[in-house]
Amino acid sequence: MITATRKSLDEIKNMIRPYTRVLVAGCGSCVAECAAGGEKEVAQLVSALSMAFKIEGGGPSLTEVTVDRQCVNIFLDELEDPTRSHDAVLSLACGAGVQALAERHADRNIFPALDTQFLGQTKSPGLWLENCLGCGQCKLFYFGAICPLGRCAKQLFNGPCGGSQNGKCETDSEKPCAWQLIIDRLDGLGALNRLEEIYEPCDWSLKQGRGPRKIEREDQQS
Amino acid sequence: MKKESNLQKILKEGHFAVTAEAGPPRGCDPEIMYKKAGILKGYVDAVNVTDNQTAIVRMSSLAACSLVQQSGVEPILQMVVRDRNRIALQSDVLGAAALGITNMMCLSGDHQCFGNQPGAMGVFDLDSIQLIAAVKKMRDESKILGGDELTSAPQMFIGAAANPFADPLPFRVTRLAKKVKAGAGFIQTQCIYNLARFKEFMKMVTDQGLDRKVYILAGITPLKSAGMAKYMARKVAGMDIPEEIIRRMEGVPKADQPKEGISICLETIAALKKISGVSGIHIMAIEWEEAVPEIVSAAGLMNRGAGSV
Repeated sequence: MITATRKSLDEIKNMIRPYTRVLVAGCGSCVAECAAGGEKEVAQLVSALSMAFKIEGGGPSLTEVTVDRQCVNIFLDELEDPTRSHDAVLSLACGAGVQALAERHADRNIFPALDTQFLGQTKSPGLWLENCLGCGQCKLFYFGAICPLGRCAKQLFNGPCGGSQNGKCETDSEKPCAWQLIIDRLDGLGALNRLEEIYEPCDWSLKQGRGPRKIEREDQQS
Repeated sequence: MKKESNLQKILKEGHFAVTAEAGPPRGCDPEIMYKKAGILKGYVDAVNVTDNQTAIVRMSSLAACSLVQQSGVEPILQMVVRDRNRIALQSDVLGAAALGITNMMCLSGDHQCFGNQPGAMGVFDLDSIQLIAAVKKMRDESKILGGDELTSAPQMFIGAAANPFADPLPFRVTRLAKKVKAGAGFIQTQCIYNLARFKEFMKMVTDQGLDRKVYILAGITPLKSAGMAKYMARKVAGMDIPEEIIRRMEGVPKADQPKEGISICLETIAALKKISGVSGIHIMAIEWEEAVPEIVSAAGLMNRGAGSV
């Protein structure tokens, strides 16, 4: 899933302060799972903003709404009328959702309330970890299902670097060294010899070769 | 263009090699590099010029190498993959060869979070092993990554690093073997304070016969003070300084600590000379180049039979 965290109240206030009627739009998918932009977080944010603007002596009126997915065009139909009846939208979607909504409304300001973070997993309640970079060429087979691009601070295909000590990364003594995890796991699987291979450089053209990527499938277009 | 590396020649002839390190300044004064090179001249076979070490912005390694060379000292160009992509790295290898630089070290580099540009993008387009392979391809096949032909091939004695003190230990030897397979001709190790662990590492290296495929230069850093020892032990990534070394440094008055650091260094060199598979030493006297002539002389390494630079 895509993870995100909420921007500070001050940053959000500064974006929406000049407007009279602001729609605060949540997204019920990834950002709800990571407790940043779902229906509950929309309610919390509206209440915090209302309080803050009240103390300041006035601010925009705020309307709450949450749709299932702001990154899927058909779900955005639900936001069509509410968006038109407000001056601006504060979107609690990830960056993909904010842009998908903005694309439909050339005459409305659509603002992000979240900082989109990474593709990751919910490890335990309140803990999300990055583990995939979306490189377009999954190599998890070679590395025991632990991605050195997503999880090694230096994205090494032939690690570990000299900074791996006691199983931890040189950048953070709390953070596991991805390469230690890879070695331990392949060792357990009896496949450590996979690491004797010198892996070729990543082909970044598959991730960023000609700018934004697209997937186009005719079989899905009817 | 076809200049041969003096360091390679010395090692090939079976002499015990000595290299040192000169860090470029945080400014653009060439005199600083001339001065550092002048101190080392005649004492060492070649000098590593570090590449924005600890991710702090300094004079470029390539430019500083050129200054060292002008001083009559053979440079070893350190190149980290942290700051430049494969286009820039390969381009710099060609530039270095054009300037007559004949040695280089292929390194990952300290992570950018440690330095004075923590907001910088870490490039890491290639890793150190892929860089070794790329330089070997340029040198031996006259081709760059992707297979395009060069109009002339850079002659480079390719070096790499090994850290016997990083984990996991057995895999450190596997990784060294990968560097050799990729094309490394010499290895410089992380600073050695924990001799027991280094011996264990070298035993594995010689058991696999790696010492017959690559020249291994053992890393040495003289400690200037107890404070430095403690700082390095705690803050420098991949460093292993046993408590007894720190206690020994603390056990002498501050004014005598540099002397004690050099004594430790000399004892380590004496021990390293006896370890099978060690072809030389690499002295990293961090911002203390003046210590190198003293160490080299006192360690009895002045008349090694090699032609000095």
